[in-house]
Amino acid sequence: MKEPASERLDATFIALADPTRRAILARLARKEASVNELAEPFAMSQPAISKHLKVLERAGLISVAQEGQRRPRRLEVRPLAEASAWIDRYREIWEANFTRLDTLLEELQQKPARRSRKKS
Amino acid sequence: MTMDKAQVSMPSDREVKVTRSFQAPRALVYRAYTEPKLLQRWLLGPPGWTMPVCEMDVRVGGSYRWRWRSNEDRTEFGFSGVFREVEPAKKLVHTEKYDAGTTGVGESGGESLVTVSFDEQGGVTTVTSLMDFGSKEARDAAVATGMTDGMEQSYQLLDKMLAEQ
Repeated sequence: MKEPASERLDATFIALADPTRRAILARLARKEASVNELAEPFAMSQPAISKHLKVLERAGLISVAQEGQRRPRRLEVRPLAEASAWIDRYREIWEANFTRLDTLLEELQQKPARRSRKKS
Repeated sequence: MTMDKAQVSMPSDREVKVTRSFQAPRALVYRAYTEPKLLQRWLLGPPGWTMPVCEMDVRVGGSYRWRWRSNEDRTEFGFSGVFREVEPAKKLVHTEKYDAGTTGVGESGGESLVTVSFDEQGGVTTVTSLMDFGSKEARDAAVATGMTDGMEQSYQLLDKMLAEQ
């Protein structure tokens, strides 16, 4: 289960590494939209937008619905939540260490010099 | 005093960057990163682990050895490496080799290059650790190692959260 999860996360991180793609996701978070509707506010050509959409789709961050003639794009929340849960967990491990370091540094500053270790 | 939480980012597909600020001058933060007695008090990882071995020879070409032990089942794992650059209170560059020890978690032998920089501004020191794992696969494996339990927990929480929506 580890491998597929990690591959999926890679795709998610690559997809999120671009500001236009993040803006597209922010836009889709409000409401689903067609390629044309997405191209407009970003002042980009349709092919350029389509390229970004493909990356997002491959990462599973958006899906394409079929509504008659329209094929609106929708935001898919799950990969985002997975990516953030994954990074959060990693950050928590560090943060636990850093919180202890906060306490230690505070303590060291309260009782200075006298008990400091010899300099190398 | 609580500072901003640690920030984790992935500047490239083989690196991880961790940034955190501390309410202390950088000379002191540097000591906490280089003196064994101080390191052993905070660099502990997941709850329930202690750091019985912490050897530091902080000079270019000098080596270090860290080892953690679980209070619960006494299993051990560790890191070791060699200092490549040492600029007191400013910068440390060292290799970092993982040893799964008796935990059986992750694969031993992967080596990364870690650059730790200390920047002070108005009494606040920001520490940036940049870890270069050499490849995307190695990075993902390293990040996943040691947090597999937590990851499963996170996934379960996530499943629950999504099911409730």
